[in-house]
Amino acid sequence: MSAVLFFIAGFGAIAGATGVVVLRDPFFSVLALVGHLISLAILFLLLRAEFVAAVQVVVYAGAVMVLYVFVVAYVGDQSESLQARLRGAAGNGLGGHGSIGSDLRLGGVILGGALLVELLIALLGTGLGAINSKGAGYNPGRVGTESFGTAAYIGNLLLTRFLLAFEAASFLLLIAAVGAVVLAGRRGGLDNEEGASGRAGRERILDLPRPQGTGTMAEGVGGPRR
Amino acid sequence: MSIAWYLAVSAIVFSLGVVGVITRRNPLVVLLCLELMLNGANLALVAFSRMWGNGDGQILALIVMTVAACEVCIGLGMIVAIHRRRLPIDVDELRELQG
Repeated sequence: MSAVLFFIAGFGAIAGATGVVVLRDPFFSVLALVGHLISLAILFLLLRAEFVAAVQVVVYAGAVMVLYVFVVAYVGDQSESLQARLRGAAGNGLGGHGSIGSDLRLGGVILGGALLVELLIALLGTGLGAINSKGAGYNPGRVGTESFGTAAYIGNLLLTRFLLAFEAASFLLLIAAVGAVVLAGRRGGLDNEEGASGRAGRERILDLPRPQGTGTMAEGVGGPRR
Repeated sequence: MSIAWYLAVSAIVFSLGVVGVITRRNPLVVLLCLELMLNGANLALVAFSRMWGNGDGQILALIVMTVAACEVCIGLGMIVAIHRRRLPIDVDELRELQG
């Protein structure tokens, strides 16, 4: 059963990764990555890492991918096809520029293949004997102690042995949030555009004709009559 | 399944991420392929954690997820800033720092 589940999830993970690399439209790439992440979460579950699997689904496939979808929708996907068309025209005209790009692309594929072969050689020729086992002993559901990979186990480790890394990660998140606001924020444009139009709109509302005999709150406290 | 199978899947995913980072031109897709590489590393970390029966690898995987979230945050902010300045969304065109 676990072997069947492993092959399904592993195939899904590799197919999702291939889809991210191959698909033209960035939106479909994001959707392929969501499928990849969910398959990876199943692999984590098979490795008894239930908390990491839950974080993977909630944080990655939930929050981060929604961020990606929003940015893809904001930026639009017309840029790649347009650029490719322009580049193709320029390459045909100049005769050399496009071929350099395709050479680089072929080199990238060759480099990736070589890296994969090297990693697999390292995997096959390793001296680690435990790599061919199913992992260390695991006894689920023991009462009184946290079993491996549960939220209690991870939380215990994070707040005792890895407290410094935990705090550093929280600082990193804070810095990244501030940096994203600074990078993507509107620089000084808010006061000039929306503030001015808002003030003008307010004056226009106050200048509307008022029925005779009615006053404003400003007049009630002795302000100027408008 | 033995741990080596998980490591093989991790190696394949990592290599696919490398190929994507090198060959794709849209910075959004480059960021997605960086995620692929980090996920391949995460899978290897969790597999080794299972192999030794030790939780340290899972903690490192969680920290890697945090770093990936920060990287996505900054990267998407930069893409939005590039888009707002009407610059092309293409890593081959954005070569001003290169001189």
